[in-house]
This record gives sequence, C-alpha cells and structure tokens, in this order.
Amino acid sequence: MGNIFENIGGGVIGTGRRIIDVLALFVDVLYWIFVGPFKGKAAKREGIFEQMLFVGVKSILIVFFVGLFTGIVIAMQTAPQLDSLGAVIYVAGLVAVSITRELGPVLTGLVIAGRVGAAFAAELGTMKVTEQVEALEGMALNPVRFLVVPRFLALIIMLPCLTIFADAVGIFGGYLIGVFNLNINSALYIDTTFRFLTAKDVVTGVIKSVVFGGIIALIGCYYGLNTRGGAEGVGKATTTSIVSSFILIILADCVLTAVFFFSDM
Amino acid sequence: MGEVIIDIRNVYKKFGDRQILSGVDLQVYKGETLVIMGGSGCGKSTLLRHMTGAIKPDTGSVYMRGQDMGELNEDGLDALRKKFGMLFQSAALFDSLNVRDNVCMPLREHTKLDESIMKIMVKMKLELVGLRGFENLMPAQLSGGMKKRVGLARAIAMDPEIIFYDEPTTGLDPIVASVIDKLILDLSNKLSITSIVVTHDMNSVFRIADRIAMLHEGRILQVGTKDEIRNTDNPLVKQFINGESEGPINFFMDSEGYLEELTK
Repeated sequence: MGNIFENIGGGVIGTGRRIIDVLALFVDVLYWIFVGPFKGKAAKREGIFEQMLFVGVKSILIVFFVGLFTGIVIAMQTAPQLDSLGAVIYVAGLVAVSITRELGPVLTGLVIAGRVGAAFAAELGTMKVTEQVEALEGMALNPVRFLVVPRFLALIIMLPCLTIFADAVGIFGGYLIGVFNLNINSALYIDTTFRFLTAKDVVTGVIKSVVFGGIIALIGCYYGLNTRGGAEGVGKATTTSIVSSFILIILADCVLTAVFFFSDM
Repeated sequence: MGEVIIDIRNVYKKFGDRQILSGVDLQVYKGETLVIMGGSGCGKSTLLRHMTGAIKPDTGSVYMRGQDMGELNEDGLDALRKKFGMLFQSAALFDSLNVRDNVCMPLREHTKLDESIMKIMVKMKLELVGLRGFENLMPAQLSGGMKKRVGLARAIAMDPEIIFYDEPTTGLDPIVASVIDKLILDLSNKLSITSIVVTHDMNSVFRIADRIAMLHEGRILQVGTKDEIRNTDNPLVKQFINGESEGPINFFMDSEGYLEELTK
C-alpha cells in the first residue's frame, strides 16, 4: 500500500521538477533571444535558417496531405447531417471555421511534434550521450544559445506558416467534396466560405500554433539535452518527448480555446 | 617548479549515493604534462571535469590562475574556457559538420577572422595531426584514431594554454596511440602548453608524463615524477603500474559472500 503512495508521490514530484526545468529552459531561451544579442551573442542566422528549412519547407508535403484529407473528411462527415436539415450549403462554413479555429493548428501541431519534435530530441540526445554537448560547453559555446534558440525560433515562425497553409488546403479539401460530390455551385461554395470565415478564426488558430510551436521546441530540446544512458536513453527521450508534446498541445489547445471562448474572440 | 596554474583543494563530489571524489588535493604547474592515472571508475574523468568547470565540487574548490571556478559566472567561465582545449574520450566531433567545420568551429564563434585565414589555420592544425587533405570528410567516415586526431586539432584550434586529454589513447592501435603520444609531447615541448592527461594506458603514461598522479577510490595516492612512481613503495601504485591481478587492490568481491549468494 505504501508503495502505491510512494510511486504516486514520486511521479508527482518528478513531473513537478520537469515542469520547473522546462520553464527554466524557456526563460533561458528568452534570455538568449532578447538579452543575448545586446551582449554580442546572438544566435547564428544560418543556424536559424537551416532549422526553418527543416521544420517548415520539408514538412510541407505531410502538412498538405493532413490538411487536405481533414477537409475532405469533415465535409463528408457533416454533409448527411446538414442535408437532412436541408442546409447542405453550410458545409462550406463548417469546414472553414472548424479547420481554421481548431483542426488546422492542432493537427499540424501534432504532425510537427511527431516529425520535428522527435527529431530534435533524438539529435540533441545523441549529441548529449556522445559528449558533443559538453564539447560545446568546453568551447565556451552555450548549448541553449547554440542548439535550442535556433530550433525554438524556427518552430514559432514556421508552425504558424504551416498552419495557414494547412487551413487553405483543408478548405480546398472541403471545396472538392462540396462541388464535385454534393453538387454545390463553385462560386456559391466560395462565397459561403467567406461569409462564415472571419479574420478572428484564422488569427486565433495562428495564435494557438505559435504556442504549440514553442511547446514542441522546448519539450523536444529539453528531453534531448537531458538524455542519459546511451542509445536506449536516446530512444526513451524521443518517445517521451512526443508523448509529452501531444498531451501538452491538447492541453494548451483546451486552455486557449477556453480563453478565446470566454473573452468572446 | 614553476607557477601553479590549476590548484585543486580538498574536493569532494558525490553522484547520487556514490562518493566519487573524497578529498582531492592536486596542483598543476605551468608548462608541465601531468598524467592522472587510476583504474576505471576511480573518478579520473570526474576530476578532469572539475578542472574544466563542467562540474562543480560539493565541497572544496578548484582555482584556475588564482580564480575560484566555483564562484565564476557563465561569462567568467567562458573567458577561461577560451584559453583551454579539451580532447574527449569519444572525440565528440559534431556529427553534422565535416572535418573542416569541426576544427573551424571555435575560431568561427570566437574570432572575427576572415574565412580564408580560417581555412589556412585549419590546414595548419590538421597538418599537425597528420590529417591534411581530409577536410571534407564527415566524422562518420573516419576511423576511431582519425576522429581523436581531428578532436585534437579542434582542441588546439584556438592555441590554448592548457589542454585536457580524456583517455587519448584508449581503444587505439599501438601505432596510432604512440602517434597521439608524440603529438601530446610535441605540443607541450614546442608550444609549452600545459597538458593534463587522464589515462590508464601505462605505455603512454611513461612516455608523456612529467609528473604522475595516481588516483584511487577518490583520493590521490601518490604524486611524483616518472622515476618516483616507478620505484614506488606504495603497494597499490606498484600493483597498478605493473598491471597485476593479485594485490591490495581487490578486483573480485569478497569470496565468502560469493558462495552464499550462489546457494541463496
């Protein structure tokens, strides 16, 4: 019996410590972004671009497919319901709003957490266990400035871009079903989409994606830099980072949606 | 003896429940090659990491040029770190960069030299370790010995005053090992660099050392010149340098407990 409480207590303490550590890493990252440049120690621009390329450009294809299929699925799932009300045209608005507000940012975030966050954890984890991180420190190069900041910046810049792209593709997916399967007039579909879609929908989605980007980068880098125990440790860091990112993304989505909901955005 | 460059005073360090260092006192003099030897897991690498500032002692202090490293902030520590180079056990080359960029890394980050000058400097450093012409290879394409030599080229890229070597010859064939030893000797003789070498490779110890410190169970057993160590009276040191399995250092657990554990 005592064991159960010990385990639960240990788990809670461990989680609490990790949360504090991640927040400390976040503060460190902010320091290097905002204070570092004034001390002549800015993150390298090439490093940031390299990461942006990896995070953004090379993720376009999977984000394209995820967005497209999500749009198609929502249109197909909702069409029969709306049809029974004689309101099949509202598929356009439903697809547009649900994609931009919710599914675009969240699904893009999850896909990128799986692709990019995991890669960060694995790469930094390998660097950690092969003494490369210590080598950086030994050369008087701060690992946070050198490894985490470029990845963090790349994600909070590129994830919103990918999200807007996913939004557009998702709406296009809905359009394909609406026009070719539900036989809605093309001009009418587009018109209805923009009648329901407001800038607020897109903006709240983009705000979410900035937060998700930060979460993915911090979690991936945190688990990477705290890897212990060789190849096994790298594997563990990678999986833990994905699971943690997923949970935190969903949690942050819930919190942000509530904030937008109650502040009437 | 010259000026003391690193002064370790009564350092204790614990990892979890394991006491790694228990009261280490050691002085390193400018320009000498000091070898720290001892069995695996006796705390050699931990001691080395205290000197580079990667680990801070639980109690006691490490002074580098009279400055207490435990009290320096990140900037102060970085200023010191620019003056020393480190060769890691696994070479610790950056996987994503080729040989040239690996060696170039400290120069690129800490100096404002022109790209063409850096290229020349990299060539010179690689020539020193006998690897000129390998600039464009990636670390994955190199053998273990070559990686260590590139690691050494990187360690000396900034023309450091102190170089730390963590098991520089472990896992290398005898010829490459002696090449590395010769490099260490050359660097300290020609450029009068202070070298601190952690190793348990006896051939290498007697080739390169000016002074030898024997570390055992977190304490310094004896410090002395090559001859003093060779003619030591300390049975532990004697057993270690002769590589004998029988002696005061017990490799096996207590034999009485063994039978009990087997039949439990």
